[in-house]
Amino acid sequence: MIETLAPYVPWLPEELLYLIVTLIKVMVILIPLFVIVAYYTYAERKIIGYMQIRIGPNRVGPKGLFQPFADMFKLMFKEIIIPTNANKYLFIIAPVLAFAPAMGAWAVIPFNDTLVFSNINAGLLYILAMTSLGVYGVIIAGWASNSKYALLGAMRSAAQIVAYEIAMGFALVGVLMAGGSLNLGDIVNAQAGSMYNWFFIPLFPLFIVYFIAGLAETNRAPFDVAEGESEIVAGFHVEYSGMTFAVFFLGEYANMILISMLTALLFLGGWLSPFPSLMGDSILWLFLKTGFFMLLFLWFRATFPRYRYDQIMRLGWKVLIPVTIVWLVVEGIFVYYNVGPWFA
Amino acid sequence: MIKTIKYYLKSYLFLELLKGLSVTGGYFFKKKFTIQYPEQKTPISPRFRGLHALRRYANGEERCIACKLCEAVCPALAITIESEQREDGTRRTTKYDIDLFKCIYCGFCEEACPVDSIVETNIFEYHFENRGENIMTKEKLLEIGDRYEAQLAADKSADAPYR
Repeated sequence: MIETLAPYVPWLPEELLYLIVTLIKVMVILIPLFVIVAYYTYAERKIIGYMQIRIGPNRVGPKGLFQPFADMFKLMFKEIIIPTNANKYLFIIAPVLAFAPAMGAWAVIPFNDTLVFSNINAGLLYILAMTSLGVYGVIIAGWASNSKYALLGAMRSAAQIVAYEIAMGFALVGVLMAGGSLNLGDIVNAQAGSMYNWFFIPLFPLFIVYFIAGLAETNRAPFDVAEGESEIVAGFHVEYSGMTFAVFFLGEYANMILISMLTALLFLGGWLSPFPSLMGDSILWLFLKTGFFMLLFLWFRATFPRYRYDQIMRLGWKVLIPVTIVWLVVEGIFVYYNVGPWFA
Repeated sequence: MIKTIKYYLKSYLFLELLKGLSVTGGYFFKKKFTIQYPEQKTPISPRFRGLHALRRYANGEERCIACKLCEAVCPALAITIESEQREDGTRRTTKYDIDLFKCIYCGFCEEACPVDSIVETNIFEYHFENRGENIMTKEKLLEIGDRYEAQLAADKSADAPYR
């Protein structure tokens, strides 16, 4: 891209051009992401409404399609209230801390063979680091609010993340063993062939565990104890209003989309076509698979009641982690004996 | 033993979770019951108890004879009545106030009225913009009664066979 742009602006220093090109690339990823987040909130209200035999928002614009913009403008013009005796700096920084990693993680996501912002070798590690950083925003928000509900939410969130981060990490280790690389593009390419080669078949338990841990990681129902509407009002973000709240919201939904896309990339072969005779490998397949998991997030929220706090801990420590460890051993055996098309 | 195996199979195959998902998934495609309120409205019973009104006879004479039964029966003490003798010798109210903030819309006044004067219309969409507008005076009540007389008479006759 730099090479194509350079002849048109010869007076521009190369470093500056590089910076501009990078910024354009960032915008190309983030602006569609924001639009998708906006319409994901709309889809959430519509889909959950439909599952409750309601029709959801339908007043703003045709079929309520401008609802996300109405919500956005409302949040932008609302006052940001900082509670008395709250830690002002941390209070303002916390939403940014929750939001930035959710955006940053998108840097290494490959959309197809060539379309990737930063093709680093330790992509999976970077993703793992970024998604776990987000919880600091939640914990700091809870602590800085000087509110008992927020503090409770933060504590719950911290305990939950510790439990589910491990399960998630183990699930990713499984992918790592199967793919033989930390680079997300290589992992997807290792699944090439047919639908039969995708990792969700040999790694089915890890696939399930990863998605469940992803639900917990993003604080979504049924693992939304950190927010816990009916118990602790809104958990870590009770005291947040206006734009600070919107940033939390944006981060949460960007994270949901990220988890959906990662599941599609790591277990369902990303952009690889399930029916090569119908349509070749395409970015559309990736979006379709991602969309399916995004739908699952909403479907789960419409279906499952919130886990009790101790049940969450039990599921995390006594079910998910043992399952992943057992399956890693099984997978090790698979690898040793070169089972199937996956470990050949 | 069998029980334990069954339990583990059930929980590890997510049978119950899938069942739950299929229920919500099924409801996704069901017909929606939402009423688009300002444009669509649900049917209203002739016994509906909304805003109050004072009715008149067909010759224009007000029905209320100031018997004060409604005032007496009102459980919320929302009705205030003062009465005097008119020039033609009949007893009439000089003041008939209903405080809509006190009123609980129980319909006892309507039941108590021997001449079907005080009634509750099916108007349920109304609002106040100034302090004091919550007091429905005799004039306001009669005005409502005049305006909705056709509807009120229809509602009364529709309900008559059942009382």
